[in-house]
Amino acid sequence: MTTLVVAEHLQGRLREITLELVSAAKELDGPVAVAVIARDPASLTEMVNVEGVDEIVNVRVEPEEFESDVYQQALAALIADRQPEVTLLGFTINSMGYGPAVAVREGLGFASDVYGLAQDENGLVATRSFYGAKVSAEIEFPGKRQVLLLVRPTAWPPAQGSGSASVSELAVETAGSRARHLDFEQVAASDVDITTADFLLSIGRGVGEKENLPQLEELAGKMNAILSVSRPLVDAGWMPNGRQVGQSGKTVKPKVYLALGISGAVQHLAGMKTSGTIIAVNTDPEAAIFNVAHYGSVADLFDVAEELDKLF
Amino acid sequence: MKIVVCVKQVAALGDEVEFTPDERDVDPDYLDYALNEWDAYATEEALRLRERLGSDGDEVVVVSAGPEQVEEAMRRCLAMGADRGVRLTLDGPTDPIALARALAPTVERESPDLVFAGVQSSDSVQAATGTALADLLGLPRVAVVTKIEWDGSGPARVNRELEGGLVDVVEVDTPALLTIQTGINEPRYATLRAIKQAEQKEIEVIEPEAGGEPAYRIRRMFVPSRGEGAEMLDGSPAAVAQRIAEIVRERLQ
Ligand SMILES: Cc1cc2nc3c(=O)[nH]c(=O)nc-3n(C[C@H](O)[C@H](O)[C@H](O)COP(=O)(O)OP(=O)(O)OC[C@H]3O[C@@H](n4cnc5c(N)ncnc54)[C@H](O)[C@@H]3O)c2cc1C
Ligand SMILES: Nc1ncnc2c1ncn2[C@@H]1O[C@H](COP(=O)(O)O)[C@@H](O)[C@H]1O
Repeated sequence: MTTLVVAEHLQGRLREITLELVSAAKELDGPVAVAVIARDPASLTEMVNVEGVDEIVNVRVEPEEFESDVYQQALAALIADRQPEVTLLGFTINSMGYGPAVAVREGLGFASDVYGLAQDENGLVATRSFYGAKVSAEIEFPGKRQVLLLVRPTAWPPAQGSGSASVSELAVETAGSRARHLDFEQVAASDVDITTADFLLSIGRGVGEKENLPQLEELAGKMNAILSVSRPLVDAGWMPNGRQVGQSGKTVKPKVYLALGISGAVQHLAGMKTSGTIIAVNTDPEAAIFNVAHYGSVADLFDVAEELDKLF
Repeated sequence: MKIVVCVKQVAALGDEVEFTPDERDVDPDYLDYALNEWDAYATEEALRLRERLGSDGDEVVVVSAGPEQVEEAMRRCLAMGADRGVRLTLDGPTDPIALARALAPTVERESPDLVFAGVQSSDSVQAATGTALADLLGLPRVAVVTKIEWDGSGPARVNRELEGGLVDVVEVDTPALLTIQTGINEPRYATLRAIKQAEQKEIEVIEPEAGGEPAYRIRRMFVPSRGEGAEMLDGSPAAVAQRIAEIVRERLQ
């Protein structure tokens, strides 16, 4: 079984997910090819030449940055040419913009947010979550000779060690792009840098009302913690986005991450699961945050906050 | 101008779970239902575009695939201000590729200027239905949109939110399909009067054409093992706080 990995890059830099995909690919039997779709693919070749990669396929395309139509055409051409049984993309914003389109057009088996891979007598088995990550499912692809999977970031460690892959090129004709990259806008600078904090007191939608924020801000101050938040509090305009932990916010690794009223959605976990010590307080005993926490308490966050307030 | 918004009624698990006898899904008795959070933002964005650009005859149409009970979620969108709904009768969950194939003819029939979907559904987190649907409709698409600038014709200028919050500004030809991210707006609450009025709005029910083959099959669902798992702190809030304080002080030394 041949596995094709599509490298992801942004502003000339290879993204970590690419090397995680190589690790995932190595779990399957057979050769691993990495495709680099870029204006200057050769500039990234060295970085993807890690242990376990057998072939690097450079695909030169016009746009400097990701454009969904161009990636769709390039990947369709790659699949037609190399005939991989399995194609792995990251479960990333870019992939969301073209992966499912390739799957539907080419009639591939498909699953997203995959965090486990295995092979048995019935073929490939992928594992993913359902229902707020409270349950998992084994997914199979009956009747599908080729499968496209979007793989959860941080589910596999990045592959390391220098490789000895052969490098080839695939010429691809891409027609015009109907969604064109114009520009990048940087996120506004934040009042505090949550990425350097030793101790984050992190609050989520469990806080309920905006009126409840001051008491938790005060508690963070008393505990000598920096206050960070999950995305809904930023969406609601209660907190600036520089305080947001997660995939579309900041990746943090404090010594202590104290999560109050956060359910533990994948995109949140992606930003904090490597923290030193994770403590979670949640009223729901089945909340997914308890899967990554070192210490947990099934309790109302306000009851615990009130008691903490007396201790600092 | 017509905007079609694809909306899903999502299911949430409480703190108990039982599986169906074939172990391929959760027993519905353990599920609570609501409108997908992302789809509330998508509906709101469609309504705002119509309010800003609109003229007589403009429409916001919500389309949903599912059994009759999903009309509850559709009614919420109608109460927010959507004009009518189309429900595709479909039993049980399907994979996002098969679902997109089922939705495509219905959406196509509406000849919309824009199609919105949510970035993802909270219960299955596929983040795939919109992009697959766009391909079937032959439309350009942008996924994870946090801002739309459009004057009603020609290309639109949209923000796509990348990892780390970096914003990619994209020019997209229309008609187009956009998948809408939370935070793009503040979804309105429906007034009681609007909720009443929504009961009168039309929801057309149609049978799907024969669907394609599925892109996956669920072999088995299970409760994931907690791995090492968290050490649970028991006792009163005071006792829990005491332990947390100890752990924090110890780790920060
Ligand atoms: C492309 C993309 C990027 C994203 N990026 C991010 C990101 O960077 N960061 C992020 O956080 N999310 C991100 N999300 C959103 C993510 O999917 C979740 O929607 C979000 O993380 C949920 O936040 P939450 O846990 O605070 O809210 P919920 O999931 O609503 O959880 C609230 C929790 O609070 C608990 N609770 C309620 N009341 C109490 C109480 N009184 N005491 C204790 N517990 C209580 C509940 O049991 C529940 O578990 C992203 C989504 C997408 C699609
Ligand atoms: N049953 C459905 N009916 C209509 N639209 C749906 C349905 N399921 C998913 N969608 C749309 O697809 C988006 C993404 O869902 P998903 O691909 O399941 O994560 C949702 O926000 C909806 O806009």
